[in-house]
Amino acid sequence: MEVYLDNSATTKAYDEVAKMVSDIMCNHYGNPSSLHTMGVDAENIIKEAKQNIAKIWKVSEKEVFFTSGGTESDNLALRGAAFANKRAGRHIISSKIEHPAIINTCKYLEEEGFNITYLSVNSYGEIDLEELKNSLRDDTILVSIMHVNNEIGTIEPIEKIGEIVKFFNPKILFHVDDVQGFGKVSLNLKKAEVDLCSISSHKIHGPKGVGVLYIKNGTKINPIVFGGEQQGNIRSGTENVHGIAGIGLASKLIYNDLQEKQNKMFNLSLKLIKAIKSIPDTNIFGNIGEADFNNSIYEDGAYGFAPHIISAGFKDIRAEVLLHSLEEFGIYVSSGSACASNHPHVSSVLSSINAKREYLEATIRFSLSEFTTEEEIDYTISKLNEIVPRLRKYKAR
Amino acid sequence: MIFHSFLLKYGEIGIKGKNRYRFEDALVRQVKLAMNQIEGEFDVYKSQARIYVDCKSDYDYDEVVDRLSKVFGLVGICPVVKVFDMDFNNLKAEVVKYMDEAYPDKNITFKVEARRANKNYPKNSMEINMDLGEAIIEAFPEIKVDVHKPMVHLNIEVRNEIYIYSKTIPGLGGMPVGSSGKAMLLLSGGIDSPVAGYMVSKRGVTIEATYFHAPPYTSERAKQKVVDLARLISKYTGPIKLHVVNFTDIQLKIYDECPHDELTIIMRRYMMMIAEHFANKDECLGLITGESIGQVASQTMESLYCTNEICTLPVYRPLVAFDKRDIVKIAEEIDTYETSILPFEDCCTIFVAKHPVTKPRLDRIKKSEENLVGKIENLVEKAIETVEIIDVH
Repeated sequence: MEVYLDNSATTKAYDEVAKMVSDIMCNHYGNPSSLHTMGVDAENIIKEAKQNIAKIWKVSEKEVFFTSGGTESDNLALRGAAFANKRAGRHIISSKIEHPAIINTCKYLEEEGFNITYLSVNSYGEIDLEELKNSLRDDTILVSIMHVNNEIGTIEPIEKIGEIVKFFNPKILFHVDDVQGFGKVSLNLKKAEVDLCSISSHKIHGPKGVGVLYIKNGTKINPIVFGGEQQGNIRSGTENVHGIAGIGLASKLIYNDLQEKQNKMFNLSLKLIKAIKSIPDTNIFGNIGEADFNNSIYEDGAYGFAPHIISAGFKDIRAEVLLHSLEEFGIYVSSGSACASNHPHVSSVLSSINAKREYLEATIRFSLSEFTTEEEIDYTISKLNEIVPRLRKYKAR
Repeated sequence: MIFHSFLLKYGEIGIKGKNRYRFEDALVRQVKLAMNQIEGEFDVYKSQARIYVDCKSDYDYDEVVDRLSKVFGLVGICPVVKVFDMDFNNLKAEVVKYMDEAYPDKNITFKVEARRANKNYPKNSMEINMDLGEAIIEAFPEIKVDVHKPMVHLNIEVRNEIYIYSKTIPGLGGMPVGSSGKAMLLLSGGIDSPVAGYMVSKRGVTIEATYFHAPPYTSERAKQKVVDLARLISKYTGPIKLHVVNFTDIQLKIYDECPHDELTIIMRRYMMMIAEHFANKDECLGLITGESIGQVASQTMESLYCTNEICTLPVYRPLVAFDKRDIVKIAEEIDTYETSILPFEDCCTIFVAKHPVTKPRLDRIKKSEENLVGKIENLVEKAIETVEIIDVH
């Protein structure tokens, strides 16, 4: 049996998306900048994708820009906004549990003379709103906070953050990294007063190599790649037409019956959590660990966690070993964040939430999708019950 | 400048008496193998104690030199310009052109060294030396002749065509792979074992390898890393038959039954035993390890004594007296270092005791191993039966 529980690393494409991408590559391969009908054909494909995404976000399609993925969207948002607004100030606020695409871009900006405040988080991974208030300064130009944490699934209070930031100074730009949240939980960009928002296609059953950055109309932002001045000179380069069509369709499909999908993932997550908790010396990180097991409805916007990410620590078992043991049974999970886990080091998210030392290198992540079935979760539970005691027998003495 | 041919010089194998042809044939074979791997048509042949690579088509000079400088047994690679029109005045013009292009800085001393294999040529070697020397001095007055210690030895060989060469790119030395026997390398993902394999192979030894894989404690990527390392050294050693042995059950059984501080030593004894099994099966004449005295607990002299005792084949340890930094230097030279330091666990490190024995005593180890009697034999058999063979080239 093959059980794919690494959907926060990447997802299987929707069949419809894969078909559409292939059809566009073979039959609608025009360059959207070309003047002839094939160019127009390609342009229309992009337009439709823009409309799909704009509709979900309830924004104008002119505010939708395509990039090569979540990392580029984060880079464009941070570097583009920082350099375009540096006359207004050089202070940026982010958090300690951001994805490396944010953290490392912040480090780069520090070298370029910007000043970064990294907000700390509590043991659930939530940022401290008081600390945010106290960190805002006259020269603050940008605040960047993720919506859903990629390792522990905690949801940051984006609307409250937007309110605090904009109350302090409406000119401060607010960027949200929504790579893990988009398509899994809702986010009202207008209500949260978000100026910039990054998403990625391959986390929502779309093709790899494409992402979107929402740029609110009127936001000052510099390009980070230069060339043929496509997309209003915000992002040069011939548009990845098939990829763009893919993310457009995937966005539309993932939001169909969202509540139903959320409930399904939530209940399967609860089942898995309950089973893991019944194994001695384990720990569930993030506030999903405190979820009410009697509730079977996922209340979008009311809960502080996403329904599909479970970070579980198994004392005395090296995460990598458990990962490979599960793999032997066709169960695919990741240790820490897969984007960075080919470099074995301690997860900065886990250390930021003050996880106990014995769990730092003993934590794996299960991430579900709408395709995850109860049978798969039952199978995973039975294998965990089999593997964990066996591995614990052979710990380093 | 276009070089039509490469003249390859070999050192040590020139003095092997009646066996010389075997070494030469092995070297020709290795050169042919090397040239087969690159684009272009080449004719490799032996003539008068030299090997020639004639280039029959367009080729990439750097690629040819890179490939040839990885063939054990060659001490020098000389790029040759051939002159096809044998007329002496034409030769003079070509030689002057050669000197002009090869030595942009004319502040040099030289000497012409002619050899006349084609005895029908109208001038003899002495005449060729004098006349060509004169032509060069006339063309470039700043160039001086020095017959005792010239900076440039300009070689002119008169065969069916005339060969001009003066530069020698150093080769690796050693002996051609296939001129000695075959040995089994215990290959891990570390820095040392690929270097050990390289060094023994340099003495003409054909290499096979055994890797111990311990899923789920070691990952698929750790295994891929070993395959990549084998591929890197195969550029020197030629194709390598890699045996991947699943060692997990044996390791766990030792963990269950033996004192923890002796685990590594006992484990290594089983590794040697299994590697020797495959070595004997493929008619290898020895084992090769990357061990170096005192590097880690399992490589003290006492530990080496204990692991060595299980083998009947000779164990070659070319790094036994090397410091780590000297090993690293070779690893960098042969391009294995960066792959070796990729951070994947290998099976030697996963169960390492906090305080492993550094002075194990063979009698005690053997006593501990008695606990395994009747429990481990079928696991060893199974590990041997389920070996995965990868042909790395």
